[in-house]
Amino acid sequence: MKNGKILLKGNEALGEAAVLAGCRYFFGYPITPQTELLEYLARRLPEVGGVFLQAESEIAAINMVYGAAGAGARVMTSSSGPGISLKQEGLSFLAAAELPCVIVNVMRCGPGLGGIRPSQADYFQATRGGGHGDYRLPVLAPACVQEMADLTVRAFILADQYRTPVMILADGLLGQMMEPVELPAGPAADPPPRPWATTGCRGRQKNVINTMHLNPEELEAVNRQLQEKFQTIAREEARAEKYLTGDAEILVVAFGIVARIAKEAVNKARAAGIKAGLFRPVTLWPFPARALAGAAAKARTVLTVEMNAGQMVEDVRLALDGSRQVHFYGRTGGMIPAGQEILEEIRRIGGMHRGRCARPA
Amino acid sequence: MAAALARPEALAPEPMHYCPGCGHGLIHRLTAEVIDELGIREKTIGVASVGCSVFAYQYFNLDMQQAAHGRAPAVATGIKRVLPDRVVFTYQGDGDLASIGLAEIVHAAARGEKITVIFVNNANYGMTGGQMAPTTLPGQKTTSSPGGRDVKQAGYPLRIGEMLSTLDGPAYLARVSVHNPAQIFKAKKAIRKAFETQISGLGFALVEVLSPCPTNWGLKPVEALQWLENNMVPYYPLGEYRSVAPGAAEPNETQQRTGRTERG
Repeated sequence: MKNGKILLKGNEALGEAAVLAGCRYFFGYPITPQTELLEYLARRLPEVGGVFLQAESEIAAINMVYGAAGAGARVMTSSSGPGISLKQEGLSFLAAAELPCVIVNVMRCGPGLGGIRPSQADYFQATRGGGHGDYRLPVLAPACVQEMADLTVRAFILADQYRTPVMILADGLLGQMMEPVELPAGPAADPPPRPWATTGCRGRQKNVINTMHLNPEELEAVNRQLQEKFQTIAREEARAEKYLTGDAEILVVAFGIVARIAKEAVNKARAAGIKAGLFRPVTLWPFPARALAGAAAKARTVLTVEMNAGQMVEDVRLALDGSRQVHFYGRTGGMIPAGQEILEEIRRIGGMHRGRCARPA
Repeated sequence: MAAALARPEALAPEPMHYCPGCGHGLIHRLTAEVIDELGIREKTIGVASVGCSVFAYQYFNLDMQQAAHGRAPAVATGIKRVLPDRVVFTYQGDGDLASIGLAEIVHAAARGEKITVIFVNNANYGMTGGQMAPTTLPGQKTTSSPGGRDVKQAGYPLRIGEMLSTLDGPAYLARVSVHNPAQIFKAKKAIRKAFETQISGLGFALVEVLSPCPTNWGLKPVEALQWLENNMVPYYPLGEYRSVAPGAAEPNETQQRTGRTERG
């Protein structure tokens, strides 16, 4: 141990951070590449007086989360790709019932059973609310093992603050890699008071956790109140990292592990005299649209790089609203873009745009 | 007489939406009476399911969660694991429990989850207008088996109590009916035992209640009671399928010692 750091696998760092954040209940189902997280908590939670329960399915696991969150606990579940698809009904119910909890997706590649190598192809599912009805989930995207820990603590804080499920969207590479981590201090060990929780009605009126409202006026009021909350989150909670964006003429936009690879490409481009910069959304919802527009102020062109067929690039285009040409480079199927590939893409696009004015007329 | 007519404290003063002759109101009342008699209303959390009894969260005067279709046993598991000293029950219909939620009920039972399940079997999907359920009898007409349930095409009904009795996890399994006062009395006794099983920490308890659905069966309320007795009771035999006496070891431990399960 040096400088208080310990060497941990991404999945384990996430699990320990959850414990430090006061999470004492975990319900999950094995699926690669998140299984080490489940195994870590199977061992760790009983040590701190918590409960680990392996559910019969991801559907059961997310509904156990619903019951436990409704009973007032800090609670988490995790899965990957197909398992996250099975949890979508539960996510819609959790968002509607305003139950705080954390859901981890260590992404693998699809569609279908796909493969177990890293991917970012669940961006749409995570940020668009993959379940039914009008709802949003805060989605946090770590880019290193340290952030697997830090953003887990952040996820529990956001869940409590806004009474909402929060998703951590990692990928198989982050889950499996080992790095030195300084374990973060969690929030207060006990969750904040939850007067709405169903704990038995001793000394008070009964509490009900419910998502059904057959009266349309009532349901519209519920939806309005939820939308106001989502707007507050969108206004207050967008986060991003900027790297060499001040004078960047070519702005690379990437999230998660791809941003880390892109940083290497940006450094090489700079060494070759190309003014490249990197913008990394840390929150995927809310998408840091205003910060991106600022970071792209001097850019002639924008390159979005993802491990999918082009998903976040839609949010990049919405944020820039036609003011910049937005290029896309993606790898799929578990193929990881190398720094050299991204550098070549930066060179190619730089050549295309050489001599054009900074802002199209 | 006054006591018999008074509303149990565990039942909210809400008008119920159930059809004339439906069994749900009565089964709600039996459950509420047992909760009052055991003095557990303020430490009980109920889980309502999806179907005709979805509004159970309004009708019971105690803390309630409303679960997604079929998932009440998973939701109840989450509650009970967080609050092991509280009493947790689910109230589910036959479409919810025996079809879409079969995995959840089987695994909650297999884990010996310390919850109580009130399972109302009226041999059809009531809320959506009387479609074929996993419990619909062979030959029984429903809106989705208009010629009568053809077992060659639609297969056979599920007998949940018998199925779960093959597992080591459950501590109490019973099937009762509410087609006459004597059976209603027995039903209440079984519901009481199912709650006592949980309170004693013995494990999973389920009571299946055969219940009339005159509206969707196309019968008058009294005819529906007769139809239930003549058709459902022979197919779904009443009685206890598992009963571990209070003070006994947990059922799985009993079985490890003796190599057999106790049958009621």
